[in-house]
Amino acid sequence: MNDPVVALADIAKSYRRGGQAVPVLTCLSFTIAAGEFLALMGPSGSGKSTLLNLIAGIDRPDSGRLVVAGQDIGRLAEAELADWRARHVGFIFQFYNLMPVLSARENVELPLLLKNLPVAERRRRAGDALAMVGLADRLEHRPAELSGGQQQRVAIARALIADPTLIVADEPTGDLDRESADDILKLLQRLNAELGKTVIMVTHDPHAAGHAHAIMHLEKGELSGREAVGSGAGGG
Amino acid sequence: MIAALVWRNAFRHKLRTLLTVTGLTVAVLAFGLLSTVVDAWYAGAESASAARLVTRNAISLVFPLPLAYKNKIRAVDGVRDITTSNWFGGVYKEPKNFFPQFAVEAESYLRLYPEYVLDDDERRAFLRDRRGAIVGSRLAATYGFKVGDIVALKGTIFPGPWEFVVRGIYRGGKPNTDVSQMVFHWDYVNETITKRIPRRANQVGVFVVAIDPERAAEVSLAIDKEFKNSAYETLTETEKAFQLGFVSMTEAIVVAIRIVSYLVIAIILAVMANTMAMTVRERTAEYATLKALGFGPGFVAALIFGESLAIAAVGGVLGIAATFPVAQIFGAAMGSLFPVFLVSPETVGLQLLCSLAVGFLAALLPARRAARVNIVEGLRSVG
Repeated sequence: MNDPVVALADIAKSYRRGGQAVPVLTCLSFTIAAGEFLALMGPSGSGKSTLLNLIAGIDRPDSGRLVVAGQDIGRLAEAELADWRARHVGFIFQFYNLMPVLSARENVELPLLLKNLPVAERRRRAGDALAMVGLADRLEHRPAELSGGQQQRVAIARALIADPTLIVADEPTGDLDRESADDILKLLQRLNAELGKTVIMVTHDPHAAGHAHAIMHLEKGELSGREAVGSGAGGG
Repeated sequence: MIAALVWRNAFRHKLRTLLTVTGLTVAVLAFGLLSTVVDAWYAGAESASAARLVTRNAISLVFPLPLAYKNKIRAVDGVRDITTSNWFGGVYKEPKNFFPQFAVEAESYLRLYPEYVLDDDERRAFLRDRRGAIVGSRLAATYGFKVGDIVALKGTIFPGPWEFVVRGIYRGGKPNTDVSQMVFHWDYVNETITKRIPRRANQVGVFVVAIDPERAAEVSLAIDKEFKNSAYETLTETEKAFQLGFVSMTEAIVVAIRIVSYLVIAIILAVMANTMAMTVRERTAEYATLKALGFGPGFVAALIFGESLAIAAVGGVLGIAATFPVAQIFGAAMGSLFPVFLVSPETVGLQLLCSLAVGFLAALLPARRAARVNIVEGLRSVG
């Protein structure tokens, strides 16, 4: 077992709704090992997306300790947290969240603007990342000119470009047909296996979850189970 | 790439941006035109020479001064030269054909007003002919006056029919020189009026006095002191102050025009702010995504300021470019009402400044909102 890249201790989170605090996560404690591919599953409102947001550093817990990539991110100021995200987290969203006015290459290049690299180097790396996801011939296409599966590949390339410690994917296949979804899941598996990236994926789809190493089940904000996935399960 | 992102975002909704840019163009054009109208109001004062004083009757410009004052004024220390000028106020064919006419002491007048540029032949012909007149190039173009033409005027201040022969067409020595005037010999007018109304003989409208600009105040005081407690006390002021005296009579109109010009800018600011607010609302998810990727609030705000400034700059530049031809057409249509109707560099600067101010101010609140967008909430607005 590798060292944990994510470690939660007594994490709690609630949202205020109509003046009342609605608990979403209660006293969660677990770890995720480096290089793991973990699927988070649970019914709507179980807190899986909230948990992913906390791990990704785009939301903050009410209490507890959250260490990700060796950093207690609950203690970071906003600017430090933004810098930390740029270095350690690659995001993959359900609806891709690409900039519609930028080409595929420019979208992938975007996170590198934070790294003060020469333009030529940025372009080379973006081209390489797109080639890795099979879009070497779509560099100058804008998102609207790409299929959903291709857009998600661009998003994956963008998530990888800054060489993050972990990749968080929130329903990455939720907007895709089965064939495209399988392509994306296989791609995530490949990145996990070949590049050693830790992948945390929220999904409703048991088929998608079957591509992970392990599935963590959440129910009413609590961990209800964690199971290993057989090597053949959905792995294709 | 950031510039590309800003520019492409600015023109993402082509119709909306086109309408906003059109609005800005019209507003900047209107602002420029109104500013030019105000400038035209002050053109006389702006083109005034600091080296000239105007001495008039202290009671009112309506009352003349005796010609005999001329030698006394000339004798005042600091006076270098002197001429006379009389508002003639004749009607050319119809009252609507208004243009300024001055009966002057021709030789000294041309000496004191070197900005009225005449060919040597025309100058000599004008000085030789007591019925001769010179007209400005713009006036000549407006009424088709040519050298040798006889211009008939119906006198109002100096009653009766008058005829003058055009002996020259003067050009402006400076861009803001008034080239819409007619100038003729006071000697001829004085002789004729002496016959028609003898009590009005040898009376002068104003004396124009050439001085050293640094001694303006001192010489003014000395001239007025000379005629203190006389039957015709004088008021001497710089040519600029004299011209501004006319402007002050209509100052309320000028103030109204100025207010309207800035109101136009305020209206387009509201339109632009609305455009930017809509833009930011629609792109909340994109700004949340950028923040999730690690970009700070300042970067997000800079994108919005950049976009707003880009749209404002395009509208501003188009508005400025349109101001010149429109001002030319407008100036021509106004005829001699605005003898000088030029878009000044200051007006262009103000237009540019207003455009950029609109771009900046319109983005203030939307940028603040986008910079503060909560990442989780912003991402929820996807799809």
